[in-house]
Amino acid sequence: MALYFFTPFIAIILTILGGGIIFYILGFNPIEALKFYFITPISNLYGLSELLLKATPLCLIAIGLSFCFKSNNWNIGAEGQLTFGAIVGGGVALLFYNQEGFYILPLVIIAGAIGGMIFALIPAILKTYFNTNEILVSLMLVYVSKLLLDYLVVGPWSNPEGFNFPETRQFSDSSRMPLLFEGLRIHAGIFLALAAVMLSWFVLYKTYLGFQIKVSGLSLKTAKYAGFKGKTMILVVFMISGACAGLAGVGEITGPIGQLHRMISPDYGFTAIIVAFLGRLNPFGIIFASLVVALTYLGAETAQIFLQIPKYTGQVFQGMILFFLLASDYLLFFKVKILSLKKNEFRH
Amino acid sequence: MYKNFFRYLISAIFLLGFSVNSNADFKVGFVYVGPTGDHGWTFQHHEGRNAVEAAGIKTTFVESVPEGADAERVIRQLAQSGHDLIFTTSFGYMDPTNKVAKDFPNVKFEHATGYKREHSNVSTYSARFYEGRTLLGHIAGKMTKTNTIGYIASFPIPEVIRGINAMTLAAQKVNPNIKTKIVWVFTWYDPGKEAEAAQALIDQGADVIMQHTDSTAPVQTAEKAGVWSFGQASDMQRFAPKSILTSIIDDWAPYYVERAIAARDGTWKQQDTWHGLNEGMVAMGPYNSAMGADLVKEVEQLQKDLASGKVHSFTGPIYDQKGNILVAEGKVADDGMLAGMSVYVKGVEGDIPK
Repeated sequence: MALYFFTPFIAIILTILGGGIIFYILGFNPIEALKFYFITPISNLYGLSELLLKATPLCLIAIGLSFCFKSNNWNIGAEGQLTFGAIVGGGVALLFYNQEGFYILPLVIIAGAIGGMIFALIPAILKTYFNTNEILVSLMLVYVSKLLLDYLVVGPWSNPEGFNFPETRQFSDSSRMPLLFEGLRIHAGIFLALAAVMLSWFVLYKTYLGFQIKVSGLSLKTAKYAGFKGKTMILVVFMISGACAGLAGVGEITGPIGQLHRMISPDYGFTAIIVAFLGRLNPFGIIFASLVVALTYLGAETAQIFLQIPKYTGQVFQGMILFFLLASDYLLFFKVKILSLKKNEFRH
Repeated sequence: MYKNFFRYLISAIFLLGFSVNSNADFKVGFVYVGPTGDHGWTFQHHEGRNAVEAAGIKTTFVESVPEGADAERVIRQLAQSGHDLIFTTSFGYMDPTNKVAKDFPNVKFEHATGYKREHSNVSTYSARFYEGRTLLGHIAGKMTKTNTIGYIASFPIPEVIRGINAMTLAAQKVNPNIKTKIVWVFTWYDPGKEAEAAQALIDQGADVIMQHTDSTAPVQTAEKAGVWSFGQASDMQRFAPKSILTSIIDDWAPYYVERAIAARDGTWKQQDTWHGLNEGMVAMGPYNSAMGADLVKEVEQLQKDLASGKVHSFTGPIYDQKGNILVAEGKVADDGMLAGMSVYVKGVEGDIPK
């Protein structure tokens, strides 16, 4: 069991080694390249703030996803829930355009969470009452929400003074996340993520619901036999997951972006799936995993700036982490046995 | 006494070294929205960067930078890591560029296609692509048999509408029955969507396809269907050698070299640049021999006249779709009107998405 929580570290070490080999093959000094990748980006206060800024949405979404994944519900559409949350939250922010009031930001945040929740309920309801596959439905809804966002920022919500460019007005200050430090971009949204971590730990490990989730994840039949209300639980985990993704979306638009446009998320909803598994679906593991994955984004940028290493190595690193994690899991759960095959055994 | 002397000496050497170095260390950064291999928009900016590098100036680029929250960090990192001039080459970088410029008054910023110059160290630049569109319109008007031109448009911003109008006006001049059909794809780069749009236009009878998007999918679709097409942003001829009549080429190289040298030598000043055929920021690709020598000659003459200012792409009388006059006879549209253009001219079908 201890090994189970240890394998993510093995995966990270293997990824770093693998990355070093790739850099070497590409003709870069691997030590120097890795230094620019993993140390330079966070060697100053600004870099640390950017790391936390980038990790915040990943952590929030992954926390939500952990509820789904733990209970065997495969919500792949966090990106859509993020987008829809941002749409609803952004809509409220635009509604209060040029108005002041301490209540505006909380309203925007709550609207975002509700938006994500509603959007996650669609695959959940379809799954519980119509037996559809939640992987497909949640994934396809991603495109629905992105197209809806496209429509809104091009059409009805576009900035009237913006020459028809596909973006809304800048939100007014009272619907922006307060910054934690002057000159840095890290904002109050990080507290949402930390609160989500604490709450999820409490729910997963200290409540009846958490127990139900865990049992359903281990064995659906047992859960049924124990008389758990499966349908309610599915709805609840999807709602939690959607709310977290919605919060992540609203954190992005009220934080660093400040308006709605088409590029509010560089696929955080999908990357968070890696984060959730790298963190072993454990709230504190997810904090750690979100920082690691956020660093691969920043590292890719620094490596390109200083060494002109193609930026796509960031995605290669993310892919490698997941690959090594799954590979070491496989080796952890299965025994390797070398069998000698006789020649005629190949015959059918 | 000695101590002080050494202190002065060291700081003097340091200062001297610094001031000499500041010239040798001069670096230019580029932020791209797409991959350098997109064969369209980013590819051309990258060619411009190569020209700066060839002029002996060190450069750095970061590709595929999303226009969301990440842009500000990348621009700031370039500024922080000793870049003296930074080109941000997509509209979505407008606000991040201005934000970072505020914190780095000694670094110069150049933002492509935007209109905000909030600080004295921010310049903007763009090209008069519509002059190229006028030439395409002339060619399209002569080449079409069905009198229908298909236009794949990205976003209903003034730049795109200007291109549609310039093309339609020029085509009508040589062929009064011209109809322009438009499909809005709401993306700058999506080969799948662009190919679908091209096919839809061909199915509606268009025999000339034109695009204001960056992939090579439309010209390839046109090649397959056996209709005419035009390359966008860079010379796309090799992707559709039979179909492409010519390409509009964005040539940023001279501008980039000029601005980089100015910044290095300390003569850089804030400005808003809008260059066209005359300055070479807009250039034309090789003409397809299927056009015939006469038409090529006509187009080359028109290109010269547009460059010299003898002919203007928007010369009155110009009417909107309802027949209201936009530009009176004998007048030309001024830059203010061009910059904010948001209505179609007569002959364009459909409505601007709202």
